[in-house]
Amino acid sequence: MDKITTIVGKEWSEVFKNKLVLFSVLFLPLILAVIPLVMLFVFRQAGADAALSAELNDPEIAALAGEMCVGLSAGDCTLVYTLNLFVLMFMILPVAIPVTIAAYSIVGEKTTRSLEPLLATPITTVELLTAKIVAAIVPAILATWLAFAIFLVGARLLAPPAVFSAFFAIHWLLAVLVVAPLLTLLAACVAVIVSSRVSDPRVAEQLSSVVILPLILLVVGQAVGLILIDRQIMVLLAVVVLVLDVGLVYLAVRLFQRETILTRWK
Amino acid sequence: MIQTENLTKSFGDHLAVDRLTLDIGEGEVFGFLGPNGAGKTTTIRMLTSLIAPTAGRARVAGYEVGRDDDQIRRHVGILTETPGMYDRLSARRNLSIFARLYEVERVDAQVEKYLKLLGLWERRDDAVGEFSKGMRQKLAIARALLHEPRVLFLDEPTAALDPEASRLVHDFVTELKGQGRTIFLCTHNLDEADRLCDRVAVFKTHLRVVDTPGKLRRQVYGRQVVFHLCGAAEAFLPVVSGLPFVSAIEADAGKLILTLDDPESHNPDLVRALVAAGADIQFVGELRYSLEDVYLQLMKDGVDA
Ligand SMILES: Nc1ncnc2c1ncn2[C@@H]1O[C@H](COP(=O)(O)OP(=O)(O)OP(=O)(O)O)[C@@H](O)[C@H]1O
Ligand SMILES: [Mg+2]
Repeated sequence: MDKITTIVGKEWSEVFKNKLVLFSVLFLPLILAVIPLVMLFVFRQAGADAALSAELNDPEIAALAGEMCVGLSAGDCTLVYTLNLFVLMFMILPVAIPVTIAAYSIVGEKTTRSLEPLLATPITTVELLTAKIVAAIVPAILATWLAFAIFLVGARLLAPPAVFSAFFAIHWLLAVLVVAPLLTLLAACVAVIVSSRVSDPRVAEQLSSVVILPLILLVVGQAVGLILIDRQIMVLLAVVVLVLDVGLVYLAVRLFQRETILTRWK
Repeated sequence: MIQTENLTKSFGDHLAVDRLTLDIGEGEVFGFLGPNGAGKTTTIRMLTSLIAPTAGRARVAGYEVGRDDDQIRRHVGILTETPGMYDRLSARRNLSIFARLYEVERVDAQVEKYLKLLGLWERRDDAVGEFSKGMRQKLAIARALLHEPRVLFLDEPTAALDPEASRLVHDFVTELKGQGRTIFLCTHNLDEADRLCDRVAVFKTHLRVVDTPGKLRRQVYGRQVVFHLCGAAEAFLPVVSGLPFVSAIEADAGKLILTLDDPESHNPDLVRALVAAGADIQFVGELRYSLEDVYLQLMKDGVDA
């Protein structure tokens, strides 16, 4: 345990000295929290109701908004729709962060050749991987939660109460509190697996970012009204991701062969 | 302290270490010499449980490679070929991370002790990225010692060091030997091997020879005595060539070089014979070949064989 915390501490002091990583961990979530709030603010200032009611008379958009908007004005409905899309972003965002951290931490260890002395110590593979994964996911989860809290508070203050209560639903809490961390773990595992096989952090980052693709499909699906995300879908998603996590953790441990990793990259 | 038996490692179909058998005693400084790509680093990696042997066995500090890997990692220290430090972190932080990983009990005290011993205490809070090659190397040596291992593997400890820093490392190795530690030293610096090692092995995929530096010299060159004479030495070849204890003779301008088994008892006879023949002797001395000469000769023989 002490070894894990030692490595996690080391990762953080190292990785956060990298401006790029620091930026992606801190600023991306904040930006994500601020943009929808700014939009809310602008909508309200502009008297969005009037401006948008015409648009919503368009039957297609009305159909899109569907059950989200029962009993809401057209403008409020647009707001609910927008907020919903942004919460989905809060699920995707934490996936990008651990990928960056893990890519830099593992590939960095390779390029500085510091892995060999590290592997010469009595640390087990499981301890080492746990440390790398924890180091990557904890900042991602915390940053996302913080940003989500800012977003919620801001939305509560800025959005009309009807809009907020129409938007705020259990499945979004489930999304951000449960699914997002599980996805983060998934992304970290993928990044660990990819990083132990390539020698450039940027390549590792890009390859691992493929994890985001299916999630973007989800967002697009919601945006065009193909899927309406509700509690059931979210629970299902949580279960699927959990199963994937278990498999990937196992795979990462299996694939992380000390010897191969030590001798393959030159 | 280190025993190997037919230790073998191949990478695919490339044989890096072939049936290496060694027995290194406690407290011995053992030099492991060989050209680039000989398999020295590969051998160290096997003996420190970093990579698994393809065949054969090895015991290090009483633990069996492959079976007690965790114990081996706890009980040996290794200076890897490249220091591999965390450049963004300070020297002190680098060491304390490793002290924790090695489960050292008094982390701060150990870190301070070795930073001081290696002359890095003043720079303890500087990022290692700002260190010179030599300072990194010293820091890496400190790192290898934090857990006070009884067996130490040093892979080219003075490769990047200036003469002063090399001397410091040499004195340090001598001190470690004085504490009874066993040291396995890979080096290309034959002078260093000659000075520090009790025994040296010349290795290139296969073990060529193992012996003390002195015996290797004798084995390759015998013992040679040089007479500096006034005038050409050729004139005196007939005088010495008949003597039974002279096994080889060479005349080079004013120098007469004789190979003898036992110079201590035969030199007086030689001097008498030469003086009687009218030679004016300026100096008499033993010709000492450097370990480098011996090594180069051995490598040359190896290629011929
Ligand atoms: N991971 C690996 N995969 C394939 N071949 C390897 C690997 N590691 C080492 N080798 C080969 O094994 C041989 C021995 O390498 P090693 O690094 O042990 O040599 P060395 O004696 O330490 O050389 P040097 O003096 O240059 O440090 C070399 O031919 C090298 O190419
Ligand atoms: Mg080497």
